[in-house]
Amino acid sequence: MRKTPEIPSASMADIAFMLLIFFLVATTMDVDSGLERVLPQMPPEVQEDTPPIKERNVFSVLLDQYDRLMVEGEIIRVEDLRAKAKEFMTNPRNLETLPETKATEIPLIGNFEVTKGVISLRNDHGTQYGTYISVQNELVAAVNELRDEFASAKFGKTYANCTNEQREAIREAIPSRISEAEPKMVGGKK
Amino acid sequence: MSKFRKSNAKETPAVSTASLPDIVFMLLFFFMVTTTMREVTLKVRTTLPSATELSKLEKKSLVSYIYVGPPQKQYTKMFGTEPRIQLNDVFAKVSDIPDFILAERAARDEAEIPFMVTSLKVDEFTKMQIVGEIKTELRKAAALHINYSSRKPIAKN
Repeated sequence: MRKTPEIPSASMADIAFMLLIFFLVATTMDVDSGLERVLPQMPPEVQEDTPPIKERNVFSVLLDQYDRLMVEGEIIRVEDLRAKAKEFMTNPRNLETLPETKATEIPLIGNFEVTKGVISLRNDHGTQYGTYISVQNELVAAVNELRDEFASAKFGKTYANCTNEQREAIREAIPSRISEAEPKMVGGKK
Repeated sequence: MSKFRKSNAKETPAVSTASLPDIVFMLLFFFMVTTTMREVTLKVRTTLPSATELSKLEKKSLVSYIYVGPPQKQYTKMFGTEPRIQLNDVFAKVSDIPDFILAERAARDEAEIPFMVTSLKVDEFTKMQIVGEIKTELRKAAALHINYSSRKPIAKN
């Protein structure tokens, strides 16, 4: 018995491959990611008097136009910033120079000494954006690391694996207070 | 006897390639759906800074982009080499940002407006002055949720 000849479909794969390769090349798998931050609201015209923040509760980070980093009055490297920020936020030895804590009742955790520390970041007009981002990154990393450590101590899992309620509790226990001051000329003229 | 003997019993049958196009088409559709074509032509060069604590931008449709960087080669004659702002497809001034944000808002559903994010794609070597001005404008326009676009660092040994 004679078979009717079929249309060869072998080349179909080649055609599809060609299209596939075209799309592979032409499109960019752009996973957009970055440092997420929330800007402060514009201050109202008439400013109310806010109680001044104590010197010990402020962690001042300055960046000058030559990308030098000054933290609490000393020039340090970006690599050392994370450890410094963590020490500031936890105040492990209850030093007088590091921020006070305030006992707060937090659901799921109970009574916890929440730090009153605020990180204040100020940059110069001439600071390079890359340096600024690396400093921001270190500060965010410090907070994230503290939250992770806290989560594994309290709940036995990483912060990312916690439930929403647990995360909220952790966020309350370890707040991320990074304020950005208006840029000012920090040292030297332009 | 010979009637029931299979002919060519020793030869292994060829693997059917009939399903190959289907498999390839599946891949093709996957790539067509997942990848996004670039919407704007970049007129500025942006080498993003690297950072480790990245969070992904979840809803692409709610993101508006602001590009800052030195103009591409073909534009340097007209616009110089200093970092400039690009909104949509055109070079812009800092004062254009509130209008841009308003236009972006008008293009979205009212319910989605609180979840809008502004992604700043800024070149690594830009000075902070221009970024600071943009941030002030964004604050004035009450577009407070921003994302400093950055890339993963290349692993060091």
